[in-house]
This record gives sequence, structure tokens and C-alpha cells, in this order.
Amino acid sequence: MGYMCWSSEIAYSGGMARFAADVPTRGGFSFDLCQRNEMLLKKGNQLPTFRKTGTTIVGLVFEDGVILGADTRATEGPIVADKNCEKIHYMAPNIYCCGAGTAADTEAVTDMVSSQLQLHRYATGRESRVVTALTLLKSHLFSYQGHVSAALVLGGVDITGPHLHTVYPHGSTDTLPFATMGSGSLAAMAIFESKFREGLTGQTEYLRNHQLPNPRTYVSSRGYNFLKGHTEVLSTKITPLKSKVEAAAEVDEMEE
Amino acid sequence: MALRGNWMYENNGGTCVAIAGADYCVIAADTRLSVGYSIYTRDYSKICKLADKCVMASSGFQGDLKALQKNLAAKHLIYQHQHNKQMSCPAMAQLLSNTLYYKRFFPYYTFNILGGLDSDEKGCVFTYDAVGSYERVGYSAHGTGAGLIIPVLDNQLKSPSPLLLPAKDAVTPLSEMEAVDLVKDVFASATERDIYTGDKVEILVINASGIRQELMELRKD
Repeated sequence: MGYMCWSSEIAYSGGMARFAADVPTRGGFSFDLCQRNEMLLKKGNQLPTFRKTGTTIVGLVFEDGVILGADTRATEGPIVADKNCEKIHYMAPNIYCCGAGTAADTEAVTDMVSSQLQLHRYATGRESRVVTALTLLKSHLFSYQGHVSAALVLGGVDITGPHLHTVYPHGSTDTLPFATMGSGSLAAMAIFESKFREGLTGQTEYLRNHQLPNPRTYVSSRGYNFLKGHTEVLSTKITPLKSKVEAAAEVDEMEE
Repeated sequence: MALRGNWMYENNGGTCVAIAGADYCVIAADTRLSVGYSIYTRDYSKICKLADKCVMASSGFQGDLKALQKNLAAKHLIYQHQHNKQMSCPAMAQLLSNTLYYKRFFPYYTFNILGGLDSDEKGCVFTYDAVGSYERVGYSAHGTGAGLIIPVLDNQLKSPSPLLLPAKDAVTPLSEMEAVDLVKDVFASATERDIYTGDKVEILVINASGIRQELMELRKD
């Protein structure tokens, strides 16, 4: 692509493609497509919808560590898309991160920073620190100017002690003794504000589906029959597939 | 109502279902009242008994529903004074349609289902849109969970769907017990996937001996 632009610059001097080779990329958010998106919206095209986790995520610092909690419902508008999804993401053996907002964004950003932390561990030979994860997350989110819609509660214990941070989609962070994010954050914060105190004790474990407070209330004992004939078949066409496998040619084995 | 500009309506969520049988009618609605992501109350009845053998359930804007129920009750009272009898279900159906269309240009934001027994003591269900278009059917559902429920009813109720031609007698051959079991199961399933449906479901069964009411618990999340 760069090559083509070079030749065009030489062939038609002046006025032609000036975007290519001479200006080095500066990083940060590329606003190239924003104008085109706006034009499409005006024309009436709708952006495809994202799946948002209508969520409650919380974190709390106690005596020797950090507790993170999250619900397991993922919604697409008014419909429950996933009844039991995992919102607490692994970052490092000593760091975990809860994610609210667009599900794809929280997954992608936590996976990416988790990999970066692992590489950093190999390079430094040390356990990852929570502030490292924090800086990697915030600089990524800031460079995307809030378009990566991930609101995170990051918590972990490292050599410097237990840490808890909130990270907002635009890249700002807070360091807190207790935090809540997501659409359920107000209700959760009400509980924290009334009951939190310093010096609580606890132990480290991963309690997946710690509580299943709302089981399904009724299951029909009759069961369901989906008999043939309930749905009208308009036409049937059966195409037998002939076997297309020919005898495999002699192949050299890979050498050990 | 958030008075942004002049938007006068609000959707309070919820689902209602009705099934007509040979000699009974089952009508049900959940009891959750919500606005946005909040629940106002878990104990709100969306069902109204209009006449001895005629019951209405609606989803949509509950403010308009209250007004509509009052309106119909008043009209029914006048009818009783003038005719010395209760309104039959098909008569009430026509009255509801006229009442809704009267407000064609500032509609009642309610999606109604009327259920009961007709003059031959056979189950009947009438389904409406917001401005009064109605049809007698074998079963119906309205509200936020309707999209999840109607395909199941289409499949399970061996009653002729209103989509089939030629139009057949619109009742299901299922027994009363089976229909109630189906309604309970269908509500439990809709509750799993619709955030606006849940808490409790109020089930009314209308048959020759009168109206029987049942309350079943649903998921509260």
C-alpha cells in the first residue's frame, strides 16, 4: 500500500495522495473513520448493538487482602443473554479484575493486559504489581478516548500490600478501600457505606457461583412434545453427497 | 414520568397471557411494576375483573391502565342499570374496543387481553392493540415477555392459530389442569430471560363455577 502511494507521488507530483509515506504514525486514537460513521448514521444506518453487562461489581480491602464480587447476568437490552457469565477476570496469579460495560471490551482489555503482565513477569523475574496492571489499563483506555467501554474494579495483593482501584472507560482511576461499579453500583454502595469498617478479616478462595439466590420456581412435569407435523413442511429436497476423497499421494514425513 | 419535552408515557413492563378452553378460560399476568432498571413494587395486580365472567389483563403503562379500568367499570355499571344484567364477554370486548379507539389520537398505552366465557359458556379470549383493533383468538400474550411466550403457545396449544386459514373454532382441546400447568411453566421460562418479568404471577381461571385465583412465586431477580 505504501509502495503504491510512493509511485503515485512520483508520477503525479503535487495534489495527489499526501497521507502515506513521509508522516510517521503518532499512536493514539485514529479519528479517520469518525466522519464516515457520522455520515452513515445520518443516512439511517444503525450501528450494530453491543452486548452490555447490566452489572453489579464490587471490591473491598480487608486485613490482608482484597475481595472482589460480581453478579453473573449478561443482558442484551431487556433480554438475559447469559444467566451465568464470569465477570471476574484473571490478570495475574495475585491480581483479578471485575468488568462492567460492553462485554467484548472488558474481555479484550483484561486479556490483553493479562498477557502484557505475563511478559513483564518473564522480563523482570518478579511478581506483578497491581499498579502495573492499573497503568497498562488506564493508558490503553485513555488512548481510545472512552470508546472502549470498560468500567473495571481492579484488585490484588502484591509485595507492597493489598490494593483496590476503579478504572473508568475514559481512563481515569481511583484508589479506594471499597468500590462498586455498574448499573447496580448505587444499591451496592449503599450497603458498603453503611456497613464498611477498617480491619475486617477473611481468607483467599475463588467462590464461583457463591450464591444462587433465585432458582427457577416452576418446571412443568408434563414435559414437551415437539411432534412432527406441528410445523408445516413446504418442500423437501435431498441431495446425496458423493465422496470426493481421492487416494492420498505419498507424503514425506516431517523430520524429528 | 420524566417530563423530557412532552413524552407522556412510560412502560412499566410485565407480561400477560390468556388461553381459552372448551369450558374454561385461563388468564394470567405477572405482578412486577418496573421503571427502567428499577422495580417500584413486586406486588401489583395487572388484572381487573370487569364482569362476572369477564376479566381483563394488560401490560404497558399502568397509569393509563388504571384510568381504563375505571372507565370500563363505570360504563359497565350504567349498562347494568339500563339492561338489568351483566355484560357478556363479547359485548365487553366491543365496548373495550370502542373505548380505546375513542382516544385514537392520544391513546391508552395499554396492551390488553380480555378473557372469559361467552354466552354459550365456552372459553373466549380477545386480544387488542393500543387503539382498539381486536380479534377473538384461542390464546394470546402481550408485554415484554410476549416474544418469548407466543412461539411456545403456538407450538403447544393444539388450538388453531389465528394465522391458519380457514379460520377454525378458536379453543384449545387441552384440559384446565394442563392449561394452567402450561401457563405456569411459560411464565417461569419468560422470567429466566426477560428482566421485566418476575416476582409473582397471578393466575385466574374462569369456568362455570366462577372465578378461581392462584398466586405463584417467580424469580425475584
